[in-house]
Amino acid sequence: MRANRSLEIGTGLFVLLGLAALLFLSMQLPANGLKFGFTKTAGYPVTAQFDNIGSLKVGAPVRMAGVRIGAVTRIDFDTNTERAKVWLSINPRFNQIPMDSSASIDTEGLLGGQYISISPGGMPTYLKAGSQIIQTQSALVLENLINKFFATTANKSASQSSGGGTKEPQK
Amino acid sequence: MSAASKAGVTELLRKTGLTGLFFVRLLGACIPALARPKLIIAQIYNAGARSLIIIMLSGLFTGMVLGLQGYDLLNRFGATEALGTAAAMALLKELGPVLTALLFAGRAGTALTSEIGLMRATDQLTAMEVMAVDPMRYVAAPRFLGGLIAVPLLTAVFNLIGLYGAQLIGVQLLGVDHGTFWSQTQSAVALKDVTEGIVKSIVFGAVVSLIAVNEGYHAEPTAEGVGLATTRTVVASSVMTLLLDYILTAAFM
Amino acid sequence: MTDSQTATPQGASDAVIDVRDVHYAIDGRPIFSGLDIVARRGLITAVMGPSGTGKTTLLRLITGQIDADSGLVSVFGRDVGTLRRPQLYAMRQRMGMLFQNGALLTDIDVFENVAFPVREHTDLPEPLIRKLVLTKLEAVGLRGAAHLMPGELSGGMARRVALARAIVMDPEVLIYDEPFVGLDPISLGVILRLVKQMNDALKITSVVVSHDVQEISSIADYSYLLSEGRVVASGTPAELARSDSPTVRQFMTGGAEGPVRFHYPAADYAAELMESPR
Repeated sequence: MRANRSLEIGTGLFVLLGLAALLFLSMQLPANGLKFGFTKTAGYPVTAQFDNIGSLKVGAPVRMAGVRIGAVTRIDFDTNTERAKVWLSINPRFNQIPMDSSASIDTEGLLGGQYISISPGGMPTYLKAGSQIIQTQSALVLENLINKFFATTANKSASQSSGGGTKEPQK
Repeated sequence: MSAASKAGVTELLRKTGLTGLFFVRLLGACIPALARPKLIIAQIYNAGARSLIIIMLSGLFTGMVLGLQGYDLLNRFGATEALGTAAAMALLKELGPVLTALLFAGRAGTALTSEIGLMRATDQLTAMEVMAVDPMRYVAAPRFLGGLIAVPLLTAVFNLIGLYGAQLIGVQLLGVDHGTFWSQTQSAVALKDVTEGIVKSIVFGAVVSLIAVNEGYHAEPTAEGVGLATTRTVVASSVMTLLLDYILTAAFM
Repeated sequence: MTDSQTATPQGASDAVIDVRDVHYAIDGRPIFSGLDIVARRGLITAVMGPSGTGKTTLLRLITGQIDADSGLVSVFGRDVGTLRRPQLYAMRQRMGMLFQNGALLTDIDVFENVAFPVREHTDLPEPLIRKLVLTKLEAVGLRGAAHLMPGELSGGMARRVALARAIVMDPEVLIYDEPFVGLDPISLGVILRLVKQMNDALKITSVVVSHDVQEISSIADYSYLLSEGRVVASGTPAELARSDSPTVRQFMTGGAEGPVRFHYPAADYAAELMESPR
């Protein structure tokens, strides 16, 4: 019982360290984890609508010329326009993004996740809190590309060996 | 089936049954043991805080290896920006829980077994029994609970340090973009992946602690018996950890 | 101490521990076959016998760690075999037991070892616990060693601390398992005096299991001699010393030849020596 105090302090430190690691892993690491306010650098909200967002997820980066300027904060389906509505949070440091800039969903590398790329326009007015990016380009869905590619090759081979039993692709 | 292997199977069944019964008794003893947080704190310290250094070192090196190997592999596909994701997934879901459980079995599990085995060999457990103090409640349950609490915490530390190690190699040494590394990781890792790792670490903590306490409690009360029990703790913990890892992984798919 | 011992002890009303016709076997090997032992209130009862006669098993029966296959073990007038766990624990709180090697808890110091049963079973305030523990440690002459860890004690000291722990709850019965084994003559004398003192001063009923015939005979009020699972002789130490039974004589004098065999059963010695090795 002599080393009682230091033992309790040691245990306390260990438990705190472990809990901190646990909290970080479950709250900070996953994009859809429960976030604390302090990590979300306050940004101004901007929306954009897309025909197809592919596999874009909340937390995905928003980039301009490859530089991260913000993140996707919310994704929803707009029943009026029947398009995907995406909320972006842009770091207030970047407050001179032209109003007519366009947003597209790109893929990082071949296997990487998807992110929103903003290409600046030329208008002298700038995006501000609550603005909507009008010009958008949907995600390139890899599967669709591959399907198209196979469809063309399949049609070619079908016309060469008439009715070889190849199943007609969907798209 | 030969008579020898038949006897072996019967013996295995008997041991499994005994461990199961012990587990039920242990759980029963855990509730009153909660009334003595001091005993549990002492065991969290013994099992957890004293394993911290080895866990941190192992985590760092595991992460660094992941950084190197992952980079080498991903580079072939031109997908090095996925390094953070690969390292995080490997650590959170597999390497963190499994390696921590194995290290815990070797560092703390063996200590638990030999400590309880020696208490058995020196009549301390019988003495408690005769003093009308239930050794299940006073000795076994606090140690089990201590391990149960310590392993998930150690796993989290292992993961965090491992991730840092991967980042150290990937970003500082091999030049993967810092922002890409973390944003890619963040956007790919889902809460479910983290939960899977936490559930695994809790299960592993329970199993390794149960095996360690059980082996110590039922060790032959001799120097040789305690030594054998310690070996059995490491072997049984390792095998059970890997077996359960497969089952849990399949269950989470 | 002359009146009651000669009467047959069975069924005596002042019996604190009453073991009657107990049979017990481990893996089919009989340990006891018809054991009868009675420990009377306020007396020192000695149970003697060669090694391997199940003396320790007897103590486990009395403390309810194991149950007899048949027969009756009653303590404080209650059948130990039928007690449920809480009743068993209540019974054990009225008993103290001294283990062969002390069985002190190695992770706490001497003071906490003695305080252990008090802390576990009562809610006494700290100053009272302190007073109680120091009193008991003083009784065994180890008040100065209160802060030592069990690993720092000699064998004799550890046993004295264990004795202090055994009496800290003021038990009605004290059970000693081989209290004299492996002690130097001085420690042995101290323990012997302590056993006697505990009995005289605290009116504790004592059961001493031992094979140190001379030592235990000097303090016992009544002795049992066990052999092959049953009582082969009983009486006051003086009566046993006068006995002309060969078993008793052999045990009391320590002869190698006699009814209790020194040699483990083996084939004929000459024949085995002459045998050609395979």
